[in-house]
Amino acid sequence: MTTEIDGKQTGVLDRSRLALQDDFLRAAVRFTADRLRGKKRIATESLGNWETWRERGMQIRSHTVANLDYYLAQFTENVEAAGGHVHFADDAAEAAQTVMNILMEKQARSVVKSKSMVSEEIGINHLLEEHGIEVVETDLGEYIVQLARETPSHIIIPAIHKNRRQIKDLFTEAGGENLTTDTKTLTAFARNTMRNKFLRADVGITGCNFGIAESGSVVLFTNEGNADMVTNLPKTHIVLMGMERLLPAFADLEVMANLLPRAATGQSITTYMSVITGNRRRGDIDGAQEMHLIVLDNGRSRQIGDAKMQSVLNCIRCGACLNVCPVYRQIGGHAYGSVYPGPIGAVLSPVLNEGEKYADLPYASSLCGACSEACPVKIPLHDLLVHLRQRHVEHGHTKTMERLAFRGFKVAFSRPNRLNLAIKMARLGQKALVRNGHIESTLGPLKGWTAGRDAPTVAKQSFHDRWRTLQSELQTQHNHALEPKAERGGDVE
Amino acid sequence: MESYRDEHEHEEGHMMKVSLFVTCLVDNLYPQVGEAMVRLLDHLGVEVDFPQAQTCCGQPAFNSGYVDEARASAKTLLDAFEDANYVISPSGSCTGMVHHYYEEMFADDPKRVRQAVDLADKSYEFSQFLVNVLGVTDIGAFFPYSVTYHPSCHGSRLLGVKDEPLQLLRNVRGLELIDLPYDTDCCGFGGTFAVKMGDISTAMVTEKVSHVRETGARVLVGVDMGCLMNIGGRISREGEQVRVMHLAELLYEGVQAGVSD
Repeated sequence: MTTEIDGKQTGVLDRSRLALQDDFLRAAVRFTADRLRGKKRIATESLGNWETWRERGMQIRSHTVANLDYYLAQFTENVEAAGGHVHFADDAAEAAQTVMNILMEKQARSVVKSKSMVSEEIGINHLLEEHGIEVVETDLGEYIVQLARETPSHIIIPAIHKNRRQIKDLFTEAGGENLTTDTKTLTAFARNTMRNKFLRADVGITGCNFGIAESGSVVLFTNEGNADMVTNLPKTHIVLMGMERLLPAFADLEVMANLLPRAATGQSITTYMSVITGNRRRGDIDGAQEMHLIVLDNGRSRQIGDAKMQSVLNCIRCGACLNVCPVYRQIGGHAYGSVYPGPIGAVLSPVLNEGEKYADLPYASSLCGACSEACPVKIPLHDLLVHLRQRHVEHGHTKTMERLAFRGFKVAFSRPNRLNLAIKMARLGQKALVRNGHIESTLGPLKGWTAGRDAPTVAKQSFHDRWRTLQSELQTQHNHALEPKAERGGDVE
Repeated sequence: MESYRDEHEHEEGHMMKVSLFVTCLVDNLYPQVGEAMVRLLDHLGVEVDFPQAQTCCGQPAFNSGYVDEARASAKTLLDAFEDANYVISPSGSCTGMVHHYYEEMFADDPKRVRQAVDLADKSYEFSQFLVNVLGVTDIGAFFPYSVTYHPSCHGSRLLGVKDEPLQLLRNVRGLELIDLPYDTDCCGFGGTFAVKMGDISTAMVTEKVSHVRETGARVLVGVDMGCLMNIGGRISREGEQVRVMHLAELLYEGVQAGVSD
């Protein structure tokens, strides 16, 4: 609820209204989401036994999260044994400060980054710019978003909301000459621009798709190979990792390497998989001279031990839930107003940041369950959304009118005779509103409905009231049927 | 076409008995759907009972986070269907609620948990019961119109009702079944979501109606009145001439036509 529109505090619904008026954005989101859904279907079918793979993925992630203390100790020990430096950060501010300290020590003037959602979570780009340090996103989508001075609107496809024309304009503004909307021309511009940045950068910052506990290796999946440049060319490499992003062993990585690209973009395998174990050692031909790993908590450890919410830490950040979400499809990522959009964002943002800030996000879902069905590690996202709504009620954060309405619900629906009375009152009450057999009026509490749809009317006779006569009609029919020459089929209303 | 009754009515004392869980929406807004179900089941030789003590599965309150309020309503179902053999509803969503959440909702009350598990075990959505329990896929109906089918999210995802309604529709004579593009995408109903997030919900249902329009079908059919109320409300607002029907209504109308045919 923090985003401001025209100086006013807004919630997800207000922000959605902006997106709903943006036909370019909605067309771009639909186009890409459809493409990814189609590719995912093909990629999962060609693998076969997708449900078994998902089950295995869920088991691995659940086991890791349940034993996170053990694996985190093993992982960080191995990172240090391989020559890396490990830092723990309780929250976003501490992680950002740790990055700043390293950059100050290195007197860094220029930083290149490979895509990292944790870096968005700690708002590092903004901080670096404030300190006059040049920072360049080297993932193409992230680069586009950076040029537009925006944030990613999708976990995997940061610029999903942009079309080619808009990208051409952004690149032209950034110095591109004679550009067209052709993919080759646009990527050639980005490639040439970045090449210089890679060669000049003092520090490279990456995220971490998976940390392998048994070896202390950091595994990065990319499609553009940019992570290899970011981790090898600058002298110093900083890894930003959410504390839960671990796998016990390389054998588990095989499962994730099958699940993640298929679920994310419908690829049977990621184009580049970089495995980095510590810093460059004697005899190595590449690698950064110094490697720092920053392990971020920022509300994650609070979920461990919570029977309901712990599974949110199983997330492998593939974005599959966004691609199937019918709400995300309409409003895009920015309307969520949080670093993580879509169904996973509607769960993750309010649990990582307690309080009112993201408390309305769990309501931005029709609970259709498409997210839970799409999740490659079987997180029951729609159940978690319901659970967060329950927490919201328990903490007394819902509006008075809503609480009264459900108190009324409890009174009426706990006894059939009371419900009957309530329905009779509604039948009388609706009289003034009914036109042509339905309700169009946008007055009152139902205006959210009637603004876009006609509402039905309460029936003249409820089924409860109809039952007795219906029963005797059927009995009469049966009696007729037993008589000789009687007509079958019965009365028709 | 021999009906279930024709095959079974000679088996004295073997008449199947089921209890109708009518759901609050059908009870008060669409009673004709409940009636169509009862008449179809009767046609198939199944005896239907309607326990009066039922109100609502509690989903509107539960999904809004009001568990205590949901329990108060859900208890009426646990008591009403205590002695039922089968509990049949015209909604994959309401039956899905019983299956998916009841046990957990009453976790701190052993007696209620037993009732909840028992109720889930014997609860079926209408098409599920016809196809999987009665073994009926051809009900002898005639319905000479083009029809498209919207699979409801809770019915298909929480309860696993996927092919049953289609099996029944494919065996209706004269019926032309047209695939609905993006059929598994939610229509935007989502209970209180449709009111609370009205603009988002309207955008969703507008897209759904555009896909229904693409099919050119005369009739939209489904197995959940929540979704059909939503899609139908948008169809009506846009002035589209598509008839919106619950599967039970369509089949019953088709059976009547099939009998006189």
